[in-house]
Amino acid sequence: MSAPPEVSVDTGPDGGPPMAVRAVGLHKTFSSARGEVKAVQGVDLDVAQGEFFGLLGPNGAGKSTTIGMLTTLVVPTAGRAEVCGLDVTKRPVDVKRRIGMVSQNNTLDTDLDAFENLEFRGRFFGMGRKDARRRADELLEMFNLTDRRRGKPMELSGGQAKRLMICRALVHRPQVLFLDEPTAGLDPQTRVNLWEVLRKLQADGQTTVLTTHYMEEAEALCDRVAVIDHGKVLAKDTVEGLKASAGADTVITVTYDGPAPEGVTALRDREAIGKVEITGSQVRVFARESEGVLGELVAAGAAAGVGVTDAAQLRPSLESAFLTLTGREYRE
Amino acid sequence: MTTDQALLAPPAMRTGLTRTFLAMMARDARVLRKNFTGTFLRVLMQPIMFVFVFSYVLPKIGAAGAMGGAAGDASFATILVPGLVASSMVMQAMMAAIMPLMMELTWQRSITDRALAPLPIPLLAIQKITAAALQGLLGGLLVFPAVLFIHAEGQAPEVHVGNWAVLIVMLVAGSLLAASGGMLMGTVIDPQKAQILFAVILLPVTMLGCVYYPWAALHDVRWLQIASLANPLVYVSEGLRAALTPDVGHMATWAFMLAVLGGTAVLMWIATRTFTKRVLT
Repeated sequence: MSAPPEVSVDTGPDGGPPMAVRAVGLHKTFSSARGEVKAVQGVDLDVAQGEFFGLLGPNGAGKSTTIGMLTTLVVPTAGRAEVCGLDVTKRPVDVKRRIGMVSQNNTLDTDLDAFENLEFRGRFFGMGRKDARRRADELLEMFNLTDRRRGKPMELSGGQAKRLMICRALVHRPQVLFLDEPTAGLDPQTRVNLWEVLRKLQADGQTTVLTTHYMEEAEALCDRVAVIDHGKVLAKDTVEGLKASAGADTVITVTYDGPAPEGVTALRDREAIGKVEITGSQVRVFARESEGVLGELVAAGAAAGVGVTDAAQLRPSLESAFLTLTGREYRE
Repeated sequence: MTTDQALLAPPAMRTGLTRTFLAMMARDARVLRKNFTGTFLRVLMQPIMFVFVFSYVLPKIGAAGAMGGAAGDASFATILVPGLVASSMVMQAMMAAIMPLMMELTWQRSITDRALAPLPIPLLAIQKITAAALQGLLGGLLVFPAVLFIHAEGQAPEVHVGNWAVLIVMLVAGSLLAASGGMLMGTVIDPQKAQILFAVILLPVTMLGCVYYPWAALHDVRWLQIASLANPLVYVSEGLRAALTPDVGHMATWAFMLAVLGGTAVLMWIATRTFTKRVLT
């Protein structure tokens, strides 16, 4: 890993380097004519230097708003956040010097071509014209975009545009790279290619904060993950840790063609069963030992005169962890 | 592909707000250079057509009599030179501020790109106003020779710079005033209603901006003379009239100076605030 371009004067709690990202009690409430939306309600985060950190949650969970606050463009309603030891509301310009951001939308400058997008990014960050041009070509080469050098942003494919946005975020060698849903809307092959790019950055020690609503993406890339829903962090751990704790249960979901039979409540007394949730005609069982549970659910239905229309069994995974934490089925 | 080099320290970067500000001006200059012909053809066509019809065709067919009367002895061409320079400059500066904002603040919110550059957001607003003002100024300067030289024989406008200081202040402050107004409109008006904006605000502002007649000549239509005082273009037109055609009756210097300089300060302050509010959520 190469040295960061500038030494931060701020230090961490024990005199060491500051955390790359720290957020304490972050809140954001959007007010509009139609009322208030509490997008983020008390988020705490710590991301160490060199870490690849994921914010995982469904659409509308508050991930982008959180990233917005960390990148200075959304003003927190309460709480505080620091990037490289610098307060995002008090020293936004210093924070911006140290971060790179890839938004979910295509925010490329449509009046400029691919090369110029990179060139001017370098110049905005204080590079001389010649240096900025050299840097632009260097990045285009590395990200296999040299043949699209004079391409207009509108003419690039989704994957190319995203790669160019990542290039642009890296021009000034940011200490922390923020990626907001980098692979949303890309086809599976392009997504896997982009993961390769991100893995290489990770191997080179790039501190990265990524938001995603794709389980596989978090599993494939992140050292640690915060599961976020309704503006709150529900759990924070390594992917393995999350699977081992919250996700340790197999989740069995059965839907009946009538009201859920009374008999299923008997499962609650079993040692190997964590939780039995009944909502209308649906029963969801969280089980450490799942063997035979499905059979019993079918039998309980038969005894009460209702049939099973749908049954699903989810093995321990990040997805079952999410289901356990949020009580919500994961929808992409 | 290897990204190793991507993370090597990049070339030396000098920090400093001025550098970032100038880099953004360079970006706008690059874009302007690319679109130069299209942009300025649009700026030039309207005033050229106008002087062609009113200073060339109409005098040729002997139908210009009604025009000259309003301003005493001055030919209509003399009236038109400062008016058309002012209106071209003001419209171009306004458009140069409004049009990009309509795109940048909506759709993909591409303003994020510039907002993440190491510059305080209010300074980004000032940069965008400055760039739009320069474009307006350039528009006004390009229109100047066109309206100066297109006319029928004997209809030449009588133009001489009577006061360089007033001329420079009017060109600089007038284009900043218009660019600030453009930014204000671009940040508060819903882009879907832009067509209405052009019809309801910009058209009356140009037509009634003392472009085609001096303000003093309005004394016979007193209500319009007073109503015109709400139109910022009036002060820019009158200011340029005072500087370029001092022989034609014009508004008092203190009046247009106060309006243009005061208006620039106030509008720039408000526009910077509305812009910052739109960018930082």
